[in-house]
Amino acid sequence: MKTVIVGCGRVGATLAEIFDLAGHEVIVLDTSTTAFERLPSTFRGSAVRGDGTDEDTLRRAGAEDADLFLAMTEGDNRNVMTAQLAGEELGAGRVLAKINDPLRAAAYAELGIATICRTTLMADAVAEWLGMPTSGTPGIQAPTGVHHGGEHHAASDAAQRPGGTRSVAARRS
Amino acid sequence: MFVLVVGGGKVGYYLTKALIESGHEVVLMEKDRARATQIADEVGSIVIPHDGCEGKYLAEAGANRADIVAAVTGDDEDNLVICQIAKHHFAVRRSIARVNNPKNESLFKHLGVDEIISPTRMVLGSIEQDIPVHELLHLAALGEGELELIEAHLQAGSPAVGRAPKDLDIPEGCSLFAVIRDGVATPLRPDTVMREGDKVIAIGKTECEALLHGQLIGEAETADAR
Repeated sequence: MKTVIVGCGRVGATLAEIFDLAGHEVIVLDTSTTAFERLPSTFRGSAVRGDGTDEDTLRRAGAEDADLFLAMTEGDNRNVMTAQLAGEELGAGRVLAKINDPLRAAAYAELGIATICRTTLMADAVAEWLGMPTSGTPGIQAPTGVHHGGEHHAASDAAQRPGGTRSVAARRS
Repeated sequence: MFVLVVGGGKVGYYLTKALIESGHEVVLMEKDRARATQIADEVGSIVIPHDGCEGKYLAEAGANRADIVAAVTGDDEDNLVICQIAKHHFAVRRSIARVNNPKNESLFKHLGVDEIISPTRMVLGSIEQDIPVHELLHLAALGEGELELIEAHLQAGSPAVGRAPKDLDIPEGCSLFAVIRDGVATPLRPDTVMREGDKVIAIGKTECEALLHGQLIGEAETADAR
């Protein structure tokens, strides 16, 4: 399985290690080579310096037709753009974008990309630990709509989406 | 018309001023507080000192009743997100994005941005159109500079198009010796007919340049529109 990870911060590097150990073909991109120091010395995948929002850079890195594409930089909007680029132009199978603004995370799930929101995840984890009510929002929101040239498809067509787009992480309540 | 401008850099600032002058209702969003205050001092209380990528602040700015949203920040990814959130969350009729990387144009269109403004593309287009029309390109000076290697890009209107070197009035001391056509360089024989788009490589005395220009590019008044 080919996995592309954009952004080699703590999250990106950790995921890269996990997928590498699991035997995936892993490609990690970051704009800074020092970020790659987070990768373990045993890492067998490729680490490419470059801007993940640039289509040519992604193609040169071999990011086309990835089975899994994870946009994990520190910029919400960069992740949004990279994820849409991967899904619309590079033929990625499953795409996940880290979006720490809950509003944008919800909006882009409606626009067809799975989103993970650190804000919701952490707030809910703290609330759960304290025995307080949680937001009820899943930590990863599965796409409920599809993007086609700007047309917004309502949540109703989520049922017709191909397999693998149902709620990825059902939260423990 | 109610226009929501996001990004208070040079483009956003002058755009806001121009829109006010022509009588439109404008709100400008600029996330840098100091910059926002600076602009507000001049144009009044229509500046919102917040990030236009955030739904909450877009709502505060009145995005739901905006006729047009113009995303003109210096970051392409921000401009994309502003336009998408405006369209899908606030049902704004028309979104305009400034695109700095020309390669992003088609992606943005595909993702639903209504109008793309690409300053890079405009300058690029202007450079590509202008330079070859006006000038012979100097490739190298030979010896002490008495001979020059010159490239001429043949455009429509060049006296050389449709003719061969033997039919041209090539000045004494000059010779046309190669042509680059569709990226392939071949020797130019006296009977090779030249076409529009050809790049002709010539060698000649420096003082013959004006004559060579006339034969390969055309007279100065037809080429120089400025």
